[in-house]
Amino acid sequence: MFELFRVIVQRDLLLAMRRRSDILSTLFFFVIVISLFPLGIGPEPSILREIAPGIFWVAALLASMLALERLFAVDYVDGSLEQMLLSPQPVFILVMGKVLAHWLVTGLPLVILSPLLGIQYDLSNEVLSALLLSLLLGTPALSLIGSIGAALTLGIRGGGVLVSLLVLPLYIPVLIFGAGAVEATVSGLGGQGHLSMLGAILIGALVLAPLATSAALRISAE
Amino acid sequence: MLEVAGLQCERGDRCLFSDVGFRLQAGELLYLHGHNGSGKTTLLRTLCGLIEPTAGKILWQGKSIRKQREEYAAELVYIGHKNALKDDLTGVENLRVSCALDGFKVSRQKAWNALERMGLKGHEDLPTQVLSQGQKRRVTLARLLIDKSRLWILDEPFTALDVNASQFLQSILQKHLAAGGMVILTTHQEVELTSGEIKRLRLGWKKHNDV
Amino acid sequence: MKKGLIHWFKYASPASFYPLAGRIIPWAAVIAVLLFAVGLYMSLFVAPMDYKQGEGYRIIFIHVPAAWMSMFIYVVMVFWAIIGLAVNTRLSAMMAQALAPTGAMFTFLALWTGAFWGKPMWGTWWVWDARLTSELILLFLYIGYIALRGSIDDNRRADRASGILLLVGAVNIPIIHYSVKWWNTLHQGSSVSFQQGSSMSSIMLYGMLIMALACWAYTIAVVMVRVRSVILQREKDTKWVKNLAEIQS
Repeated sequence: MFELFRVIVQRDLLLAMRRRSDILSTLFFFVIVISLFPLGIGPEPSILREIAPGIFWVAALLASMLALERLFAVDYVDGSLEQMLLSPQPVFILVMGKVLAHWLVTGLPLVILSPLLGIQYDLSNEVLSALLLSLLLGTPALSLIGSIGAALTLGIRGGGVLVSLLVLPLYIPVLIFGAGAVEATVSGLGGQGHLSMLGAILIGALVLAPLATSAALRISAE
Repeated sequence: MLEVAGLQCERGDRCLFSDVGFRLQAGELLYLHGHNGSGKTTLLRTLCGLIEPTAGKILWQGKSIRKQREEYAAELVYIGHKNALKDDLTGVENLRVSCALDGFKVSRQKAWNALERMGLKGHEDLPTQVLSQGQKRRVTLARLLIDKSRLWILDEPFTALDVNASQFLQSILQKHLAAGGMVILTTHQEVELTSGEIKRLRLGWKKHNDV
Repeated sequence: MKKGLIHWFKYASPASFYPLAGRIIPWAAVIAVLLFAVGLYMSLFVAPMDYKQGEGYRIIFIHVPAAWMSMFIYVVMVFWAIIGLAVNTRLSAMMAQALAPTGAMFTFLALWTGAFWGKPMWGTWWVWDARLTSELILLFLYIGYIALRGSIDDNRRADRASGILLLVGAVNIPIIHYSVKWWNTLHQGSSVSFQQGSSMSSIMLYGMLIMALACWAYTIAVVMVRVRSVILQREKDTKWVKNLAEIQS
């Protein structure tokens, strides 16, 4: 079982390494969205400091959603998905493997880069570390929840837009607690409570989302 | 063994086939005939358990395949008309991943040898992107040389293969049947058997001379 | 309806449910009209003016029932989705499909009347109140369901995929609601409390209950009409549909 998990993660990472533009495009999307806000709002540091948590989190939400399209679509088109569904292993193991690889490729770089971008918003070190931590806990949950939407819309015309309709409302709790953690740190209250809620959401998503996603994949692959 | 009875399948609102039934024993080969759109691929995918039939049952060793998905999957190889290859991976990598998905751990050397036997010498380490259609098909089919599953379900396995490769595939099928395996396939090419029995199943209601 | 208990599963088939739905429609429609007439009369003329909120408060007689219905219909849809996924009956997915537009309509109505109420009460059309925000997200969930259904051509896949979406939504709604409430308490700035429960006179309460029942009857009537057309559309190739009097004429 773990062997298969490892094989899938390794395969998807290898594929991503051979086609690096996919990783970079999600990352640059995140960077550009974040850099656009000061241009639209104005460079006043006190305002930027205040809105930074929301902007970072909404940008992370959008970047994660955009990346979802590639999660299963290629495997669906070339027939690999059928082979995965015919594997003698539980499908949710495969789903977990794919989501982990997907997060390592599209989520983690964004988490790592976020403190650097935070400097643009004049955030203090304490706030930067809260931002990093909240994204580290939140973005995997986004990938997990999003995988349900990606699986449901597989092979549907206009699937890309549809995914956003299905997935964004489900992202709201992550957004609230993620941005809340950073905000609470900014205001000096400490983001502990929010971070533990994020952790709880992540654990819940880890248990439930792969099951829903595998059921959805079976339906979509028919 | 594989027993199918009263199978019916609908796609969209259209009934593709109904009341399909057959039995397949060790060493037997089942040919699926039918005109385009008669539901051959749908039937094969239903037999794999990818599609839920609207009526009827599929029994493997006397037990419904829905109740033993993982056990059944371990006994099954399905090769569809899509090759399930990743363009960016090499032949060896592709083969090893597809075997791992089916529960076999295959060493690099073994995968390499299988590809050589499939006539891909010198191409083992190239991304499958640069291979021709026939060569890609060979990479996919190389799995049959390694996999020890008993039931093979093959959708047009001979497509894009040249004469030599077709002959080699025939010999693989013969060997598998002689060893007590089972094969279900759709093809326009006849397979000559040295042992075992050939069964035929015709889908669709068109008369023989209709086009 | 006594025998209905024993032959309950008989009505799980679209062919036998279709005429039953047809018989329910006129009853539900008449009841809806009567209840709306009584309820509107009570709420607009009988109920006393609120000494704090003036005449404007009367919009709650439609706002509150609409908000109740919006949530309740989602629960009913989830119920049908579970039945559909577990027992694989075609009718249950059709019921969910027929309920969705009405649910979305009530959600929208609750938001719209909420804004109309909010303008005189709070001086603004929209506040990021926890209930309003949750209601807005509920509207998004309805829209997602309808959009997913609409974009899948194969009915069986549409039934099952949208069923899964409903289940996922059902698991998420409490989390969403809780998180929105938490978020709201942290941003105290604009939150407004709805305190009418204790000060509400019994005549107001009855008016609201009658309006809620009227919405119920309306929902049943509309959903039955809709489910009948869904059945006809999806079963158009079957013998029983071709034998129907209204099809043959």
